[in-house]
Amino acid sequence: MNDRPVFIGTDVGASRTKLAVLDSDRRLVGYAVLKSGTDFTVTANNCLAMALKMADVTPGDIRHSVSTGYGRKNVEFSEATKTEISCHARGCYHYFPMAITIVDIGGQDNKVIKLDDQGRRLSFKMNRKCAAGTGAFLEEMALRLDIPLGEMNDLAVQSRNMERLGSFCTVFSGTEVLEKIRNGKKVPDIVKGLFYSVIRRVMEMDSLTAKVVMTGGVVAHNPYLVTMTEELIERDIQVAEYPQLTGAVGAALYAMDAKL
Amino acid sequence: MAEEKEVKRLKIKATAQMGKIMADYFYELDAAAKDQSKPIAWCTSVGPAELLRAMGYLVHFPENHGAMLGATRMATDMIPEANAIGYTPTICSYLTADIGAYLKGVTPLSQAYKGIDSVPKPDVLVFNTNQCRDVQDWFSWYGDEFNVPVIGIHTHRGIKDVGEEHVTSVAEQIKNLIPTLEKVSGNKFDIDELKRVLALSRECSQLWQKVLFTAGTKPSPLTFFDGTIHMGPAVVLRGTQPAIDYYTLLLAELEERIKDHVAAVEGEKYRIYWEGMPVWGRLSTHSKLFAGLSANVLASTYCNSWIFSDFDENDPFKSMARAYTKLFIVRSDEAKQEYIKRMLEFFKVDGIVYHDAMTCPNNSNCRYGMAQRMEKETGIPSLIINGDLNDLRMLSDEQTKTNVEAFVEQLEEQRG
Repeated sequence: MNDRPVFIGTDVGASRTKLAVLDSDRRLVGYAVLKSGTDFTVTANNCLAMALKMADVTPGDIRHSVSTGYGRKNVEFSEATKTEISCHARGCYHYFPMAITIVDIGGQDNKVIKLDDQGRRLSFKMNRKCAAGTGAFLEEMALRLDIPLGEMNDLAVQSRNMERLGSFCTVFSGTEVLEKIRNGKKVPDIVKGLFYSVIRRVMEMDSLTAKVVMTGGVVAHNPYLVTMTEELIERDIQVAEYPQLTGAVGAALYAMDAKL
Repeated sequence: MAEEKEVKRLKIKATAQMGKIMADYFYELDAAAKDQSKPIAWCTSVGPAELLRAMGYLVHFPENHGAMLGATRMATDMIPEANAIGYTPTICSYLTADIGAYLKGVTPLSQAYKGIDSVPKPDVLVFNTNQCRDVQDWFSWYGDEFNVPVIGIHTHRGIKDVGEEHVTSVAEQIKNLIPTLEKVSGNKFDIDELKRVLALSRECSQLWQKVLFTAGTKPSPLTFFDGTIHMGPAVVLRGTQPAIDYYTLLLAELEERIKDHVAAVEGEKYRIYWEGMPVWGRLSTHSKLFAGLSANVLASTYCNSWIFSDFDENDPFKSMARAYTKLFIVRSDEAKQEYIKRMLEFFKVDGIVYHDAMTCPNNSNCRYGMAQRMEKETGIPSLIINGDLNDLRMLSDEQTKTNVEAFVEQLEEQRG
């Protein structure tokens, strides 16, 4: 075991709990991702145990801990909380220190955050109280199509003739998907249409100015979404090595601020 | 870090006196409805209440009742009753809550005032469409239900500058209400009485403005949430002496706070302007949320809407027409933006919160790019929260909380 100080960031999202361990040099030395489930406290504790093991450190090495996300108040070992808006911004700027527009597609909400070249937040937008354009939308549609969520990306890549969906609403989209199945449309084409729908919903939230960075679990598991977005906005998009962890990394960086 | 903490929110001592005059108002209406001693008119909240009072009517305001349904969190259970008879969930939730409550035979007045079982039955309903079309639909439903006349004023909308043509038109429409009001009440119109009531109403309005504008002081002695409660007399009792006496008392208390540098929100760090309707069922939640972040939501367009500076007893009809047409809600976006800019400067505001109320498009001014334009022109950051005035099915508390916390974090970060 090494005796070295570490800083913990925990992002308890609606779908997944993500935990990042940073050392004093701001290097990601451990992490964990688990389903948030119904007991956020237990899940966060499990994430901590896994990530500390990966980092090869003990709880005694933790200098400070900040939590974020919907379940941020449920993390026992957290000494402070910060919203996911700030943490995603901080995490993304850590990897891409320039003026950026962050597009985070999470399990239950989306965010568009704009930072200036000093990393200061200029504005942020969150989706309305609606699942359209979020991971929850894709989960619902995967159920309708009777396919595992994890296979959607590969299916979308195979599409040759995308089937667009016209509706804004998840329930109406479900009906549209059923109609397309009934009309014999190919599943890959429907899935690509669903991805397109997610991107459109996000792009309606705000203008995508400056360099675009995409984060979140949906992006982590569906890299083809990034490719499609690049084609749509005709620009390259940056993605962090662990796009699902940027909020947790941001929280760990705030933890570091408090103690260094 | 912008973290919510328990913060002491100062109570206003004058509240007890307000409770008394509001109780007197509701009991007087209830008694008149029961013994039919005085005629009762229902009126829109920024309608011609002065004319009605001057003609001997006691006045009930359905919007006030709608807000009570919201504040008591009864509204969400009432709205489906109105939905079921064809009034959809996306139209005015004052309308749907109020009609729903009537259909269910319940009222928050019964909880607040022992012995009052229902809203007072109207003899006539008088609307002004200066706020929206919904008030006409709302009053028409009751007109059919009670088989009483429904009369009103159709105000020009989306106006940049209020011109003589608008004033003349509305003034004529106000005059045209008189024959029906005389017939229903049996009382003859008396111009001197209208002048007397209008003078009282203007005095109430001036005092209410002074009350609200105490929030221009740093730290503010008042919050927007206080304003939504204490505006009661300005809405339902303007044109009467008790309202004037009440605001004189309240103003003295707030001026005392200013003298002693007493803040309504302890440790006020951020000064916020609220644009749009309050979320009546979340007044306390929102008040605590902002106060816990050392942010005082201290001013609003909404509470300012009962300031009628143009009332002039020497020119009663035209001055009423002017005052009720110069209202913020009647105006074009250009005029609205100029107004908000003046308020931002006067109240020394750090940030604006726009409430996009699902069922109230006329009070949701962020739907046509205003937030973006204002931010560009003033540099003052803004936040849009999605919710509703009455229908709690239309909001997510968790999303609101995260948005507000993130907004205050942004203000903190920008301040450095």
